Amino acid sequence: MAADNNRPLSPHLQVYRWGPHMMVSIMHRAAGDGMAIVGTLMLLWWLGSAATGAEAYATFVNLVWQQSAAEGLSNWNWLGRMVLVGLTWAFFQHSSSGLRHLLLDTGAGYELNTNRTWSLVVAIIPAVLTAALWIYILYRGL
Amino acid sequence: MGNSTDLGHVHGPSSSNEVTHHWLTQRGTAIANLALMTWLITSLVTGDFSNLDSVKRWLSQPVAAVPMLLLVISMFTHLRLGLTVLIEDYVHDEATKLGSLLMLTFFVWGGLITALFAITSIALGGAGNASQ
Repeated sequence: MAADNNRPLSPHLQVYRWGPHMMVSIMHRAAGDGMAIVGTLMLLWWLGSAATGAEAYATFVNLVWQQSAAEGLSNWNWLGRMVLVGLTWAFFQHSSSGLRHLLLDTGAGYELNTNRTWSLVVAIIPAVLTAALWIYILYRGL
Repeated sequence: MGNSTDLGHVHGPSSSNEVTHHWLTQRGTAIANLALMTWLITSLVTGDFSNLDSVKRWLSQPVAAVPMLLLVISMFTHLRLGLTVLIEDYVHDEATKLGSLLMLTFFVWGGLITALFAITSIALGGAGNASQ
């Protein structure tokens, strides 16, 4: 097989110059698969506990959202909320780069600069939307 | 096509229809997911979900139960396509790949039916209602 070690290699990780489109691509997959596994389990837990009864639902709220009915940060379940912050970011990330993919499907946006610009936009917008959503949640005192 | 066997020639480029179907289904469910998840997140942060009574009040309305059922179907369809690609890309051992895909199938059907039943049950005020 590999008799001549000096044969030219096909393009490989080492000869690619890093670009934002690569980051957006892997984030699209990570966010999507993260939601597919963690998000689905959380959704099933939510629906399953509600279908089981008031006690099971209260346990769910306790472990995911807040430790008691009282308002305020001290009652927050930080671990559960961190997971939900991650999931909402994943939703915004996957949706933004998903919309980018729908546009790319039409054949538009492959010019190097355009592609670079939209990759960066699609990386930044989800962070902004996630922050906005959680500021709203904080503001509502949920 | 020049080098294919006679049988391969008859079958044509093997799974082109499947690929087109995968592609279209992925895009269709993507758009549905975006609309329905936006609706769900909006509902979750504007409504009251702190206790079971308010959840039941919300989900017993057709305008909540129907989109929830649609969301779950569209979501599981979409995530099955995505996780299938993930497995095909990273699991190279044939047996492990087949096993993983089978596990995914169980996860998708188990999760989908669980979710559909749970939504229907809550919406119709079924199990857990009288006893609790």
